[in-house]
Amino acid sequence: MTSAILAQPAAGQSGAVIETQTHPGQYRHWKLRCEGPVAHLIMDVREDAGLHPGYELRLNSYDLGVDIELADAVTRLRFEHPEVSVVVLTSGKDNVFCAGANIFMLRQASHPFKVNFCKYTNETRLAMEEATRESGQYYLAALNGVCSGGGYELALACQEIHLIDDRSSAVSLPEAPYLGVLPGTGGLTRVVDKRHVRRDLADVFATLAEGVKGQRAKEWKLVDAVHPKSQWSAAIARRAQELVKPGRPQRGIALEPLDKRREADRIDYSHVTLSVDRAARTARLELRGPHTAAPLPAEPAQAGSRWYPLALFRELDDALVELRLNFETIGVLTLHAQGDLDKVLAVDELLARHRHDWFVREVLLLMRRTLKRLDLTARSVFALVEPGSCFGGFLCEPALAADRIYMIDDPHQPTALALSPLNNGSFPMGNGLARLAQRFLDDPARVAALQLDTRPRFSPQEALAAGLVTAAPDSLDWDDELRIAVEERASLSPDALTGMEANLRFAGPETMETKIFGRLSAWQNWIFQRPNATGERGALSLYGEPASPEFDPRRT
Amino acid sequence: MLEAIPNNVNLSDDPKLQRALLRWQPQFKEWWLDMGPDGFQKDEIYLRTAVSVEPGGWAHWDTVKLPDYRFGIFLAGPRKLEEIYFGDNIGRKLWTQVPGEFRKELRRLIVTQGDTEPASVEQQRQLGKTAPSLIDLRALFQVNAEEARHLWAMVYLLHSHFGSDGRAEAEELLQRRSGHPDHPRILQAFNKPIRDWLAFFCFTTFTDRDGKFQLASLAESSFDPLARTTNFMLTEEAFHMATGEKGVGRVIERTAQLMRAGTDPAAVGAIPLGVIQKYINEWSSATFDLFGAEDSSNAATFFAAGLKGRFQEGSDKRYADHVALEGAYEAEVYEGGHWTRKEIPKRRAMNAYLLDAYEDECRRVVGKWNKVLERYDIGETLTLPSLRFNRKVGIYSDQPYDAHGQPITRAALDAEIERLLPNPDDYALVERCMVPVYAPGKVANWIAPPDKGVGGKPADFAYVRFH
Repeated sequence: MTSAILAQPAAGQSGAVIETQTHPGQYRHWKLRCEGPVAHLIMDVREDAGLHPGYELRLNSYDLGVDIELADAVTRLRFEHPEVSVVVLTSGKDNVFCAGANIFMLRQASHPFKVNFCKYTNETRLAMEEATRESGQYYLAALNGVCSGGGYELALACQEIHLIDDRSSAVSLPEAPYLGVLPGTGGLTRVVDKRHVRRDLADVFATLAEGVKGQRAKEWKLVDAVHPKSQWSAAIARRAQELVKPGRPQRGIALEPLDKRREADRIDYSHVTLSVDRAARTARLELRGPHTAAPLPAEPAQAGSRWYPLALFRELDDALVELRLNFETIGVLTLHAQGDLDKVLAVDELLARHRHDWFVREVLLLMRRTLKRLDLTARSVFALVEPGSCFGGFLCEPALAADRIYMIDDPHQPTALALSPLNNGSFPMGNGLARLAQRFLDDPARVAALQLDTRPRFSPQEALAAGLVTAAPDSLDWDDELRIAVEERASLSPDALTGMEANLRFAGPETMETKIFGRLSAWQNWIFQRPNATGERGALSLYGEPASPEFDPRRT
Repeated sequence: MLEAIPNNVNLSDDPKLQRALLRWQPQFKEWWLDMGPDGFQKDEIYLRTAVSVEPGGWAHWDTVKLPDYRFGIFLAGPRKLEEIYFGDNIGRKLWTQVPGEFRKELRRLIVTQGDTEPASVEQQRQLGKTAPSLIDLRALFQVNAEEARHLWAMVYLLHSHFGSDGRAEAEELLQRRSGHPDHPRILQAFNKPIRDWLAFFCFTTFTDRDGKFQLASLAESSFDPLARTTNFMLTEEAFHMATGEKGVGRVIERTAQLMRAGTDPAAVGAIPLGVIQKYINEWSSATFDLFGAEDSSNAATFFAAGLKGRFQEGSDKRYADHVALEGAYEAEVYEGGHWTRKEIPKRRAMNAYLLDAYEDECRRVVGKWNKVLERYDIGETLTLPSLRFNRKVGIYSDQPYDAHGQPITRAALDAEIERLLPNPDDYALVERCMVPVYAPGKVANWIAPPDKGVGGKPADFAYVRFH
């Protein structure tokens, strides 16, 4: 019954594989111009360069391809241009900043693709905010024209929003009135949670299709400043200069292209392999330990983008994006780490010792974002601690992000799992908690009892007793238990599992970040499935068509 | 310790199974001593032991003491086919391992079936004290030992295919106890003691026959180890049913002899025909309930997944359609004052199909008993009650029906019930008949002697030697 879907080629809409890696030389939709401490990130979307056929990216509207470039630019700015302290985000088109996500693209997209598109764009927005907060790269939105929907959400992800006052350019979130859906990239949440727009004004704003212009936009706190057209460029330049912070590192590193080889059912990277079994709907994600743990150069950045932990997590991040976009039907991901635990812990020690260096700090932040990406990946994740595995310190963190951890208990082939101080705060989840702290939400003393400073190692029985692993089957049981657990998991309803895992993964406090993903997953995806949006007579289906939508009037 | 276990599952080369059995076997021995036959532990009994699956290998005859009985683990030989032949997975290869997708269903089927095996031993543990003859006493112990071996068969599946969870379940099979207030057996029918030998013969006729049909439907399973295990169990189950069928037949014969001679059976310590009929009514109707609801979504799931087939599912003569997605099972039920035709989609009606096949066979058994009565020409017959009678489960449980399956009011049925099911006086009467007869070749007054001996021995052989 699912065979028809399993037989479909990978990927969202047309069946083509979505390429997840890019670099500025390949950008089709963005220009990145760095002038000393100020960078200009200019959106200039090519209408005819959509990821899939069937729509044109008019008015700087975007699809996933546009956002993949944006995400790349945000990351590169941090590693390649650490001298930049202000990023001016603007448009290369006259009179239009950005019209938001392309509606015709959304309409033709499958539901899983829509969800993954929204999720990815949210992760990019959060990366911009994190860059402002953690890396001192201040994002300034310079809205030089109409800014609606996802365009305004992009602006909301910036720290400061400036709007041109030409008596026609407005900011708006017209999703509800025009499309019968929500501004799904954190739009509503950021309006009230981040910008603290008064709720009744926000209510008016979010239903006002034409949006709000000029001085009123500023009064309502929708933007921070408005400038007449004649003074626009000078005002933005002046403000950017005001925001420049001195004392930045001057030399970045080049993020070299990933060493990535794709075959039909696997992707090999230098330290990571993702292999899938489409019939079984399972994937194996293998992370390999470092060959060496050589000390860092005096200038750590000289280690470059091939430095093991950076290369590993860039590859892991890419593999997760690949899994989401190009392997939709894979349900269960088993996570493996093969290598020398001693060397992993030596690298862990380097990371900890140099954590205040700008480069090492960026590496740690990239790890943090990647691990959040894993938290937010809607696949069942089982980490398997097997003979020869090297889950330790920073490399134990992916296991801690898994839904379950199985550790083989075989006296003939001892296995160990190790923790380090990095596991307690260097990689907070979206809710602000370390994964260890969240694991022991009932008793914070249990984290202290682990004595992370000693980089403790745990045998299977110790790990079981410490609550670090779910089960420790012996070698006689291992194959059966794992096979049955994985097969049984893969047989359950994919939707129920997505909901269940999201419920269980994020115990603890709510943050703007968790609200955004929670609401995206629950509200927006609910609305996307409802006839009022995507039914034959739904608003999203009929946008731009001559017919008017017809709603089921019953409120839930 | 494990070397003595007869098996054809390669136990000596299976460390997983060895490890599991090393822990479980001592617990089983303890259970067999505590909950097996009460007494008789030092006596020598002429018993059959399964030592291989070769022809005749299931019946190796020897004199053994109950505590020394060798419980073995056997799978029937490979099936002639390699592909699944019913349900949604037709054409795929038979499963040799538990598919994770159906772990929960298979576990449930195996645990439920496995639980009945030790349960019946527990229910019957007092009967040795009132055995009507040595040959019957031997038969009782044979049934007990083989039911206990059937527990081994189910435990083998749990140990081999369900990991640590399977081992925990195997231990719980020994921890539940028939009639225990805190941890009773899973199915209610297995929680009341079998207090007299007429009940034992009825149990082996009717309830063990349910076992046969359940095992037969599991013998169709796409999970090959389950099919081959249950297939082998069926051989032994056939003996148990024969014990019951012949036992009840001999009780009927004795009663008919007395009636023919103009003697009131009750007056001479034998059992009146009416009481026998009531026992038949009680045990057959209770067993109908064991098949589960006629309309069952679980049954549909088991069939769709290919875990449990209909009776002789593999025979194309019986069923042309092995998918069973179209068409319905039809039953007449009395609802709101009139008969209505109830249609149950085929897959949901799998329990009903199995029950119908069972009922057919029970009618043939009752027919044989009536042949005995005919020989004595006393103008009486016995009947199998309607499937609708005395049901607590399923589509006939809401409305009371009489033994002929005609609707009746609750009040009218209550007034009739003394005539239909055994009452305390009947039980007391039967109990008074239960006096042990342990002399070789002798039988109690309430039952005719067996027509021949067993295991190549004459009827007057000392099948049990007391020590």
